[in-house]
This record gives sequence, structure tokens and C-alpha cells, in this order.
Amino acid sequence: MTTTANPALSLGPVYFLWDGPKWRDFYFRIADEAPVEHVTLGETVCSKRQHFSEPHVAEVIERLEAAGKRVTLSTLAMVTLERESRHVRDLIRDSVHPVEANDLSALGLLKGRPHSIGPLVNVYNAATARMLAARGAQNICLPPELPAASIREMLAAMPGFSFELFAFGRMPLAISARCAHARSKGLTKDNCQFICGEEPDGLPLRTLDRQSFLVLNGVQTMSSSCAVLVDDLAPLAEAGLSRVRLSPQDCDMVAVANLYRAVLDGRMDGAEAIAELASVYPGVPFSNGFLHQQEGAAWVSRGRNAAMGHA
Amino acid sequence: MELICPAGTPAAFREAVEAGADAVYCGFRDETNARNFPGLNFSREELRQSIALAHSKRVLTFVALNTFMRAGDEALWYRAADDAVALGADALILADFGLMAYVAEKYPEQRLHVSVQASASNADAIRFLIEAFGAKRVVLPRVLTVQDIARLTRQIDCEVEVFAFGGLCVMAEGRCSLSSYATGKSPNMNGVCSPASHVRYRQDGPDLVSELGAYTINRFAPGEASGYPTLCKGRFEIGDVEGYAFEDPVSLDVIDEIDALRAAGVSALKIEGRQRGKAYVAEVVSSLKKALDAAPAERAALVARLRAMSEGQRTTTGAYDKRWR
Repeated sequence: MTTTANPALSLGPVYFLWDGPKWRDFYFRIADEAPVEHVTLGETVCSKRQHFSEPHVAEVIERLEAAGKRVTLSTLAMVTLERESRHVRDLIRDSVHPVEANDLSALGLLKGRPHSIGPLVNVYNAATARMLAARGAQNICLPPELPAASIREMLAAMPGFSFELFAFGRMPLAISARCAHARSKGLTKDNCQFICGEEPDGLPLRTLDRQSFLVLNGVQTMSSSCAVLVDDLAPLAEAGLSRVRLSPQDCDMVAVANLYRAVLDGRMDGAEAIAELASVYPGVPFSNGFLHQQEGAAWVSRGRNAAMGHA
Repeated sequence: MELICPAGTPAAFREAVEAGADAVYCGFRDETNARNFPGLNFSREELRQSIALAHSKRVLTFVALNTFMRAGDEALWYRAADDAVALGADALILADFGLMAYVAEKYPEQRLHVSVQASASNADAIRFLIEAFGAKRVVLPRVLTVQDIARLTRQIDCEVEVFAFGGLCVMAEGRCSLSSYATGKSPNMNGVCSPASHVRYRQDGPDLVSELGAYTINRFAPGEASGYPTLCKGRFEIGDVEGYAFEDPVSLDVIDEIDALRAAGVSALKIEGRQRGKAYVAEVVSSLKKALDAAPAERAALVARLRAMSEGQRTTTGAYDKRWR
């Protein structure tokens, strides 16, 4: 039973370059085993990678839909080339599935059609959300940078509208015309040899004092820490949050989905889920600072949170 | 091509007007603009006087309200837009769709420019901004080559403004949360990047270490020129290799591309630097004004001095050149 107090789980697009079979097998297993209701898929970060997953898209969608998942197709986060514009136009024109807009070109082309807004579009307030909803947006996944106070404002301002929260995964923090990933290996974006495929979970970038900080994922820069909001969801679910997004990492995402589902269903305590997640996705620090209006890399545990007087 | 010049203070505004700016852009003294630094920006009265001065010299004033409205506090941004319109701003530079919708509906006659922070990087994106908000001009993100820009201007019925000189964002503008990931303060929400409030320098043996929040951004050996720890221009470690992972501490300079940009259909060149002093603004504006009017061969001498004023004394053409990618 889905009520406003029990959000649906949603799986975001794989942001990393995984080879075709790995990508296909990942979604097959999601279809067969993961308790997610919504799956958004398709290359989002770099148009040069599209041919890796493309041969498998049809069979993946078929398998997901046969399992009862609702499929949405993601558009590119940054569109600068004619080829990329054409790809977005063709996708929107031909798709029988809802599309998730991740840049302004898709926003324009999707007007009047039911669609979703991805976390890479800047939706910081209800005025923007209303404007997008009036054009046909039916679900908005909010940017990871948003604090809980802003999310609550928007939930209160638009009761019944479907808002989604980025609640697990390395956070997309920036995108550039330059490929730092290729550059770190002596290559350039135009001659990259798909070198980002060597790091299916991102290439770690540390400070000169050997502190983990960021990871490179092609032209995208992500947090080294993994957003884990599993213990922060209850009050937002109470306030009307509709969907909880899990962003694929190179770990057991079925286990991740099971843990989030268990917490949302009240079958497991948040702290226990966090302890479990640490073994499902080992060696990666967790963060939830953005939600608590601190630096994004910060980790605020519920005990400390309560002691500091936050909701 | 118009020359669009920065002003962080009324004094810099005056210098820009005197030095030959076609338009000056500035913001209010709060988080409604993306240069929300201590000691900068304009009160309502200062803006009124500055606009009067500009209009007397037939110079335009653009008011930047180019952060994203904080949910629940939208009134701060709406009031800023109301006041900028009432004070006679020639254009508002906006990034937030909600604020664009407000201005487009309430002030349909007001010229609406789309901030670089909105990240409109292609023809369909710009068509969306024209259709939804009646945008008259778009400031392009620094992700396009000169060739990309030429192709773009042919496809759209909208003026295009590009950054020509000053600070360089390595990341697509308005789509970067690196600063808030390290400090809790971001360009989009707070109008700051790598804020001074979170910067610390510490001596570590012979080295000078610069930190932003809890992170080391750079380490300088004795005698090495040190710089401000802007996150995307820091030195990091990838694998076993230390280096500038995103970009060296350089600034943008595309003066050599002026003719190509003009041929590409660019309407206006923008100078970054509202945080800069009035002497810098005066020097940069007057040199660039002369360079715009000069024959290509005379340009090099005119801008030689400018280059010495650039951050770290080194410059790049950034994404305007395909090889930068």
C-alpha cells in the first residue's frame, strides 16, 4: 500500500560507464530482485558513452516492465553539440516512455507532455516547481544540495505533487566541458579512449594530505562520500515525500534497496540500516550534510542531530 | 559588440562608465546575487544614483539577481526584482525559473537576460527561455567553442553575451556544488564560491598549506607563488600523481578571439570581476574598449598590460578552444 507516509523507491540512472553486459545484467537483477517501483535509465553524463548501453536498452526495459517496474528514460545533463541536441530531440519524439529532463533543452521539448525532472535541473523553490508542473512535469527529483527546510517548504506548498529525494549514492556535484578523468590519464575529452570505463565507481581524487574528497566520473565530478539519507526519511515521508531515489554504485544495489524499503516500511531501524550499508558498500564514507544545512560532506547522526535541536 | 562591465561598488561603477562601458552590471548587497561578498554591492539608493549617472552618459545598467531563490524566502528575490525595475534597471540578469516567471508575468516590458548560472548551452534550451519567459539575451556558459557559438547564434532569435576576460569557472556555471560540499556555502544558494570565511592558511614545515573547510586545496613550497584556494583550481592527488586536476590557477582571456566572436554573431562581451577594485575595472574596461575598436595587429600591445593583471599572471582561452577539453 502506498500512502503519502510511505514513499516509493526509485532507481536513478547509472552515472558511470559500465560495459554493455555489466549494465544489462545489473538491470536484469534489479528487475528480478529489487523492491523499486520506478527505474530511470539511459546515459546521462557523456554522449560519447551512449553506444555501450544502447544495444541492451530494449531488452532491459522489457525485463523491467515484465517485473512491474515503471521505466523512465533519462536525458543528457549537458548538451552542447548538434549530435547531442539531435539525440535529445529524437528521444523525446520517439519515446513511448516518460522522459526525465536533465537540462534546459529537454525542458523546452517536453512541454505539454507528462515528464519528470531530474536532480541536475535547478529546482530550489516551489515557484520553480509550479512553473515546471504547469508545463507537464509530474515528478521532480530535487537537487542533492537542497536542505530539508527547503524540501519541507516545497512539499507544503504543493501537496499531492510527486517530489523525489536523492537519498543514496555518490552525489553529482559538477559537470564540465573538460574531462578531468581523461586528463588525469594524459588524454583529452575528444580522444578519451573511454578511459573512464576503467573506474566503474569513479576515480578517487584525494587532497594532498591524502584525504578522500571527490571522485571523477568522466566530465562529471562527484562526492567521494556516499549520500545516505536512510535515517532522515521519516519526517520527510510524513510531510508528503513521494519517492526516494537510489543512485547506482558498483555495489549490491538490491541489498541497498532492501534496506531502504525495510526502513520505510518500519521493519528496520535507520541506525541498523546504516550499519548494514557500511558492509554492503564498504570503505566509502557516508554523508547527509546538505540535508542538514551543513557542508555536503558532513555526517550528522540522528543522536547528534536531536542534540543540536534539529527536527 | 557591446562591452559589459562589472561593478562591485558605486566607485567601480563610475570608473566603468567613464572608461567606456556600454553597460555595467551589478547587484544588491545580499544573497540575491552571485557575488555576495563582504563589502561589495549596492544599496537601493546607491543603485538609483548609479543608474542616473549611467543614463546621463547613455550607458545601460544590468542588475544581476542570479542566485536561486531559497524556498520560503522568495520574497527577498521578488522585492529585489521589484526594486530593480522601479529604479530603472535596463535589464535583469536572472537564473531561477521561478524568478524569471515572476518578472515575465509582472513586468512583461522589462528586458530579461538569462544569467550564465542558468546554463543554457544549446539552441533548444534558449528557445525554451524565449518561449517561457520572453528572454532577450542569454549569457552563455563557458562550455562552448567559438565554432559552437557561431552555430548556435544562427539557430536562435536571441542576443548572445559571452565572457571574455576575468575569472574562469571550470565547471558549467550554476551546476556546481563543489563549494557547498566543502563549506556549506554555494554559488547557487548563497552567491559565494570557496568563501573567504572558510579559507585558512597554515605553515607545515617549510610549506604553506591553503585549506577550504576541512580540505587541503594546495601546498606551496618555499618560493613558490601561492594563491587563493578556489576549489576547482586546487592541487590534488589522483593515483600517485599530484597536480591541478581540473585547471591551473589561470583566468580567462579571449581577446585574441574578438573577431571570431564578432563573426560568430555574439552581441556582447562580458568582463568578470565585480569583486575587483575600481582601478582594475578602469584599466580593464578602457583597454578592452580600445581593443574592440582597434585593428587586430594593434591589439596585442593594448592588452599586454591587462595580461599582467590576470590571476596568477597566466591566462587561458578555456572552452572557447576545443583543445581545452
